[in-house]
Amino acid sequence: MTEIVNKPYGNSFKKYASQNKNILCLSGDLTSSCEVDTFRDEYPKQFVSMGMAEQNMMSFAGGLAMSGFIPFIHTFGVFAYRRPYDQLLASIAYPRRKVRIMGFLPGITTPAGMTHQAIEDIAVMRTIPNMTVIETGDATEVESVCEQADSIDGPVYCRILRGAVPRLFETPIKIGDIRILNSGSDILLITSGICTEEALRARAALLNAGISILHLHVHTFKPFKEEKILDLISNIKLGIITMENHLVNGGLGTTISEIISKHGLSKKLIKLGLKDTFAHGGSKQYLTKYYGFDAYALINSIEKFIGQKLNIEEKDLEKVRIEDVHSLSKAEAL
Amino acid sequence: MKNTLSSEQIALGIRRRVFEHCIKNNGAYLSQACSSAEQLAWLYNEALHLGDSIAPSVPEEFQGVPSSSNKNYKTGAGYNGPITKDYDRLIFAPAHYALVAYATLIEVGRMSEKGLSMFNKDGSSVEIIGAEHSPGMEMHNGTLGIGLSTAAGIAYGRKLNKEKGETCVFMSDGELQEGQIWEAIQVSVYYELDNLWAIIDVNEQQVDGAMADVLDIGDINKKINAFGAKCIEIDGHDINAMRQAKNENHIGKPLIILARTSPYKGMDFLKTRYPRLHYVRFKSEDERNKMNIEISKELGIEPIIY
Repeated sequence: MTEIVNKPYGNSFKKYASQNKNILCLSGDLTSSCEVDTFRDEYPKQFVSMGMAEQNMMSFAGGLAMSGFIPFIHTFGVFAYRRPYDQLLASIAYPRRKVRIMGFLPGITTPAGMTHQAIEDIAVMRTIPNMTVIETGDATEVESVCEQADSIDGPVYCRILRGAVPRLFETPIKIGDIRILNSGSDILLITSGICTEEALRARAALLNAGISILHLHVHTFKPFKEEKILDLISNIKLGIITMENHLVNGGLGTTISEIISKHGLSKKLIKLGLKDTFAHGGSKQYLTKYYGFDAYALINSIEKFIGQKLNIEEKDLEKVRIEDVHSLSKAEAL
Repeated sequence: MKNTLSSEQIALGIRRRVFEHCIKNNGAYLSQACSSAEQLAWLYNEALHLGDSIAPSVPEEFQGVPSSSNKNYKTGAGYNGPITKDYDRLIFAPAHYALVAYATLIEVGRMSEKGLSMFNKDGSSVEIIGAEHSPGMEMHNGTLGIGLSTAAGIAYGRKLNKEKGETCVFMSDGELQEGQIWEAIQVSVYYELDNLWAIIDVNEQQVDGAMADVLDIGDINKKINAFGAKCIEIDGHDINAMRQAKNENHIGKPLIILARTSPYKGMDFLKTRYPRLHYVRFKSEDERNKMNIEISKELGIEPIIY
């Protein structure tokens, strides 16, 4: 039974930031939504309310860094780059300010539709010079992300999971590492963020079907340590599947395809995720199914590689973990 | 640094230097020197508490952009002296005024004349639009509207650190069309940043022409006051008025000085180009010659030999 951790970010941020008075907690009117409300209440001197003014928030954070402070920006991922992109570049990325941008509700993890769904954030962030890009995939990674992000001499963007988050890993996040979750030789499965939990739903069924899957979990998009997986890609028999809570263009799938082409590795790649489309509002399980990057879509992709049906049905997969729409772990129904 | 020249003399020097550059190079951001010469002279000569320059008198060549592998990277802030708790900090928001900033640095003895000969040359740090690494600059402000927010962030941090030094932003009125400026005023008022002040060169000009014709922004004094900042409007060519405005009590509020200026002050002949004054490039050799003779006369110098 997977352990479910309640508000891992809020608790771990408080623990980390309260140890360093130079850390300032900035919030763009999303304080409880980003789980930093208890920090605000207990450490008001380290809290700076920025209101709904993201352009100012980005440049202001740059200014704080110029006076020796370390701003941790808290907002939904989508608001950290779409509106204030110019400020993000000029005030934070170019001058390599030590600003830690915590982007909540990555991809389709919000029912609030297009305006709230950061579906191209990794594509955008990984192309920005000087930027470090991280995506958390479980409670352990969320709990350890503050310290890791803060170890970087430059700006960092992190996709953060909030609310009730499963614990999949025992060891903390380590920037640049890639986790090996299962070794195998037929198919290389590379997942990130919530897609790792989703892919694990198919693990037992695939094992029963006798498919040998090498499963990797990626949390660091930049710097991406390609040397760690070159041999794994070269040696895989049938092909590679990437699965991401993001557009298939510009994120994990693209990262892997760049490595394949750069090194002239002749491997087929199936990219699961949002396929050049915006999404609409709905639950995580509905949206991943509707847009074709749930565990069942993974089974279908594997069938393509092996050229035969596996006769695995939905009921053979592990049950979907359904989060309550209303719960104490969330500020609102978003 | 001991002041040997008056701010008025420095302002005249700035105009002469930028004009000379404009004639020799057949174009420059000339009207910006006309409107802002007194403000920049006053800032560097009187208003700001700055240490001596810690940067090389002749600027270094371009040393690369900031990156994890560029360990020698420096901004141009060293020309404004060291960054300490007690000294003031200047954010130079309208990066298009860079030529005027460089001329000012020369007039106040912070940069060698040779610096200007490097202006807009390939491989030079003395860039046409002030970059972070350009003399006197500390950040890229070529995208207008980010300066005041950054200064507000610095001022907030300095307040937390209980620093004596103030943070000043030199701005231009065109950027008030950007929404971010109003977000910045909003946040500076909310956090009572009285260690933050700005002087805005209100020359009513922007690239397409007179602001009133491009996008009139109305009564900015009223707007800024309504946002809760202390706003004072002065004649931007009257240095005494600047001194008084800076001394106004603004406890608990940022101070914003609106310096109303003329984009051809000191070079009346430039009026023939009105309202397209953002960048003066001569349309003909005849115009260049005429400008040279007429404006040199106004500035009390011999026509420039080019």
